[in-house]
Amino acid sequence: MKVTVTVNGSQVEAEVPDRTLLVHFLREQAGLTATNVGCDTSSCGACTVLLDGQSVKSCTLLAAQADGRAVQTMEGLANGDGPDAMHPVQRAFRAEHGLQCGFCTPGMVMAAVSLLAENSSPTEDEVRSALEGNLCRCTGYHNIVRAVLAAASETQSAKAGAAAAERQA
Amino acid sequence: MSILGTRVVRTEDPRLLTKGGTYIDDMRLPGMARVTFVRSPVAHAMITGIDTSAALAAPGVVAALTAADLTDLGPPPPDDGSGGEANEAAPLPLGGPWTEPLLAVDRVRYVGEPVAMVITDDRYQGEDAAELVSVDYETLPAVVGYDAALAGSTLLFPAAGTNVAISGGAPADDSAFEGCEVVVERTFENQRLAPVPMEGRAAAATWEDGKLTAWVSTQNAQISRLILSGVLGLDPGAIRVVAPDVGGGFGAKVALDRDAILVVWAAKHIGHALSWTETRSENLLGMTQGRAQRQTVKIGGNRDGRIQAYRLDIVQDTGAYARMSGFLPFLTRLMASGPYDIPNASAASTTVVTNATPIAAYRGAGRPEATAAIERAVDLFAAEIGKDPADVRRMNLVPDGKFPFQSPCGPVYDSGAYTGALDQVLAGAGYRELRAEQARRRERGDVVQLGLGMSSYVEITAADAEGGETAQLIVHDNGTATVYTGSSAHGQGHHTAWAMLVEAELGIEMAKVTVIHGDTDLIPVGTGTYGSRSLQLGGVAVHKAAVEVKEQARLLAADLLEASESDLELDTGSGTWQVRGDPASSKTWAEVASHAGDSGLTASVHHTAQPTFPFGSHLAVVEVDTETGKARLIRHVTVDDAGTVLNPVLCEGQRHGGIAQGVAQALYEEVAYDADGNPLTSTLVDYAAITAAELPSFELLTSETPAANPLGAKGIGEAGTIGSTPATQNAVIDAVSHLGVRHIDMPATPERVWAAINAARGTL
Amino acid sequence: MIPVTFTYQRASSVDEALDLASRGEETKFLAGGHSLLPLMKLRLAVPETLIDIGRLRELSYIRDDGSHLAVGALTSYHDVATSDLLARKLPLLAHAASQVGDPQVRHCGTIGGSLAHGDSAADLPAVVLALDATLVVRGPSGSREIAAGDFFRGLFETALEDGELITEIRIPKPAAPGWSFQKFTKRAIDWAIVGVAVQGGNVALVNMGQTPLRATAVEQALASGAAPGDAAAHAADGLTPSSDFSASRGYREHLARVLVGRALTESLTRN
Repeated sequence: MKVTVTVNGSQVEAEVPDRTLLVHFLREQAGLTATNVGCDTSSCGACTVLLDGQSVKSCTLLAAQADGRAVQTMEGLANGDGPDAMHPVQRAFRAEHGLQCGFCTPGMVMAAVSLLAENSSPTEDEVRSALEGNLCRCTGYHNIVRAVLAAASETQSAKAGAAAAERQA
Repeated sequence: MSILGTRVVRTEDPRLLTKGGTYIDDMRLPGMARVTFVRSPVAHAMITGIDTSAALAAPGVVAALTAADLTDLGPPPPDDGSGGEANEAAPLPLGGPWTEPLLAVDRVRYVGEPVAMVITDDRYQGEDAAELVSVDYETLPAVVGYDAALAGSTLLFPAAGTNVAISGGAPADDSAFEGCEVVVERTFENQRLAPVPMEGRAAAATWEDGKLTAWVSTQNAQISRLILSGVLGLDPGAIRVVAPDVGGGFGAKVALDRDAILVVWAAKHIGHALSWTETRSENLLGMTQGRAQRQTVKIGGNRDGRIQAYRLDIVQDTGAYARMSGFLPFLTRLMASGPYDIPNASAASTTVVTNATPIAAYRGAGRPEATAAIERAVDLFAAEIGKDPADVRRMNLVPDGKFPFQSPCGPVYDSGAYTGALDQVLAGAGYRELRAEQARRRERGDVVQLGLGMSSYVEITAADAEGGETAQLIVHDNGTATVYTGSSAHGQGHHTAWAMLVEAELGIEMAKVTVIHGDTDLIPVGTGTYGSRSLQLGGVAVHKAAVEVKEQARLLAADLLEASESDLELDTGSGTWQVRGDPASSKTWAEVASHAGDSGLTASVHHTAQPTFPFGSHLAVVEVDTETGKARLIRHVTVDDAGTVLNPVLCEGQRHGGIAQGVAQALYEEVAYDADGNPLTSTLVDYAAITAAELPSFELLTSETPAANPLGAKGIGEAGTIGSTPATQNAVIDAVSHLGVRHIDMPATPERVWAAINAARGTL
Repeated sequence: MIPVTFTYQRASSVDEALDLASRGEETKFLAGGHSLLPLMKLRLAVPETLIDIGRLRELSYIRDDGSHLAVGALTSYHDVATSDLLARKLPLLAHAASQVGDPQVRHCGTIGGSLAHGDSAADLPAVVLALDATLVVRGPSGSREIAAGDFFRGLFETALEDGELITEIRIPKPAAPGWSFQKFTKRAIDWAIVGVAVQGGNVALVNMGQTPLRATAVEQALASGAAPGDAAAHAADGLTPSSDFSASRGYREHLARVLVGRALTESLTRN
């Protein structure tokens, strides 16, 4: 069947077998290989992307289910090239050493983006709980949690700053 | 001020965080086809027939291959007359009657063993076609567990006449325990674990114009090339092995195994570019697993706390094929007496084959097993004599003045400050306050009790340091530099660390330093990354190459500046060569390198050394719900001393990751089989890989006792795992020791804890 | 890892969904897919046709209908968990939904999908049992209502006939405000080894049998005035929970007693 998905703002259209998983559509038809497959039981979260703004496990969705909808992958987070264009979550992962081999990272980053969209000031417990569906073998999660909290903090400061500036204007 | 020792974020990350890494499955080779394996669904059986005709007729199938097609391998290795018995100190698989095939020939010995391969245009077709390969199995009794293997009523390798692959160590000496006021003996298990790197095994290959190019998710490109050369009968020069981004290894991606070899062979055999990435289910069946030792400890000493004698007897389950069968328990025996000064200590091991996934290295590779055994034994001894386990440790740790220390089990520990590490971790955790809280909860009879567990450990890193590591450093005409390293990072951040070393020594800023690894065309000689060896071998090699380049550059700069070499100074802050006292004289690295002529400004080093012995102490704090048995880690405090720290960011990351995997062994993870050898934990639903929700943030304390190499570095990669497992296990037992519990096997699942409490209550 | 080939069809209305189902062989409805797709990927489920009902937004709602609350079958776990209305009027359901899986699963999976799947180890079946819910079902022969107590027939077996789908879950507003949900796992992400859902005097159990079960012995004890601790002692009476890799039967029975006791105690604090 023909599937059309808006991926990171661009339309990707392809004729694919009905049973095509969204993660494979992203990796093959959309040519975006950052999102990885880490398991076959929806356990590891390496395949996490945003579907209409909410985190989902793209290995547990058919491409057909995303037809006509919008997907965002880690490749679509940054606002251009260079360190300043990185999303606060990407910046924070780097600053806090929240990645080692990098394989779980795209899914982890998108899960974090979704968490912060729903809860802009999570506690450490809330961060750990929100990431229970994202496995990492390298980091022990310690710095991932620090990265998410740092990103939350940076975003909150930025908002406070913007609000203050607006009040002054 | 040198950049060494400062916190530097990784140069690897911008790419990994924006585009993502390029792992094998991300590669698109022109005309590439996909490999899917057909694997045994039974643990032990004769193969009486394989029919690939239905698969060959399926859509998209390019080929279907079985053992019968393996006609174009290299000649088998010459019979070395050893009768299949290896030097157990060398991690080579056993040959002779124990030989492991590539594709199963007439017999399968574990669920997941590769039996056939189908090659298809795409992976979806591959999964369909693999189901169409029909294999006839005549099942045999499955040998499951240590006792069945030792009893030997069913043999995995009838020609070997036994299931015992190899034995070693010292015979037991009961006289060592005479005169001990107290002797405690116990048998327990260090359970089988799955490494679960987030990227499983993967390989891709092309065969073009007589050259084989293999991309392998490996920790050792050069060793992989040697293996392929031997197996395929090709000159090493006709093979290029590349390690792309590798999604974790933990020892399970040392070199390459039969599945990857088959992919590379098949690319040559059918003349087609091929790619293979296993699924997680295949990974949990087919990637080598870790640990799997049954341990009997005997510890004897006096009521004042002094340990006089220690004995460790090991039965190592090596799984269906004897790959590292002798090597892992050899390392366990080597480190059996731990950081203690015990007058009499010895160990022995027997390795058996069973119908289970083959065992090989997994973070720590034999040393976590040693530490887990003696740390349990010390706690059992402390419980028997009614003393605080911290006091018993302190009384027996090798004192500072005794280094270098000759361990009764063989190695000479280079340097250590064991008592200081213990005291530091206890102080850092607030041990006295924690004991007071524990006492309060016991007094009140709280449902949720507090448990404190500790470990003191020493471990051996760069055990194969005599093989060393290579580095080549080139400074280019434009003033940038390239490092070709024999080490092979798969998350450890070597590119950042080696660039720091170049900047520190030469003043060439990190942004101008490119580090390359894992390509045998560019780096033909090298060992790779395992055993926590890379900084002390590969990093020192880079440092030495930089020092050599500096001395070459001094001559070149002297020539350029028409001064004498002894008047030349390198200002590492600005990265310029100057004549002392004449700041106007100044040559850049670009100018100096350009002056080097055709030979360029370059140095190559092969640095060899001796193993080193990092050490530390961990303190785990757990809460146990005594009604349900559920244990939860609430704090984990550590001292992990691996010498001088090059980059605290990288060092801490290794400690964190190690601690998490060690805690996972104590509380959650285990590979299990049923009585017929069927795996019970072949998905991540059942194999309880630890998540962020089960862990606290860790408390890492700093201790740096330098090693005797230019960087003062020992290895940190595995230390966290070695220390954390026994500390956590001891903590769970400590939480319910007032109820009469002396021991709980790992993983300390809620049901196990509950059963232990019940059993203890029954005896009170 | 990859499902066996099937035909995908998408319904744009409930009527169309029912019509498509009636025409096909071996058809399954696809809601969020987070119970069904994992089974299909392991090739344990092999439907020939999937009818995607995931776009039927008209089946995603949470309403106060006076005497009862109405939750559309295609309401996601996330929407159930974060509903202000449910937080106020039916906190047991909201809280239990927040404990299912992880955030990604909760964004996709639906309450109707969970109930139709009929896994006794899942959380929501026991919850709707404790809430005396009624499932509104539509099929080729029209609409019918099935009491939760009649809905779960066996492991992965429900009262749904071929071609039927759940459209709404109707939950009477609880008379007694006390509630509790106790989900016992090894890791946070795991399925419940044993779970307990309490609403007032109703006690339902997760993973203590082939279906979600009411702990009738406990309820009777409570009704005759027993204290929570004494009532909880009956949690496993007459039940035969399984022994599997996660837990032995004896441990499950023990957990049921402990968790029912804790659930009843917690529920009382909310009265």
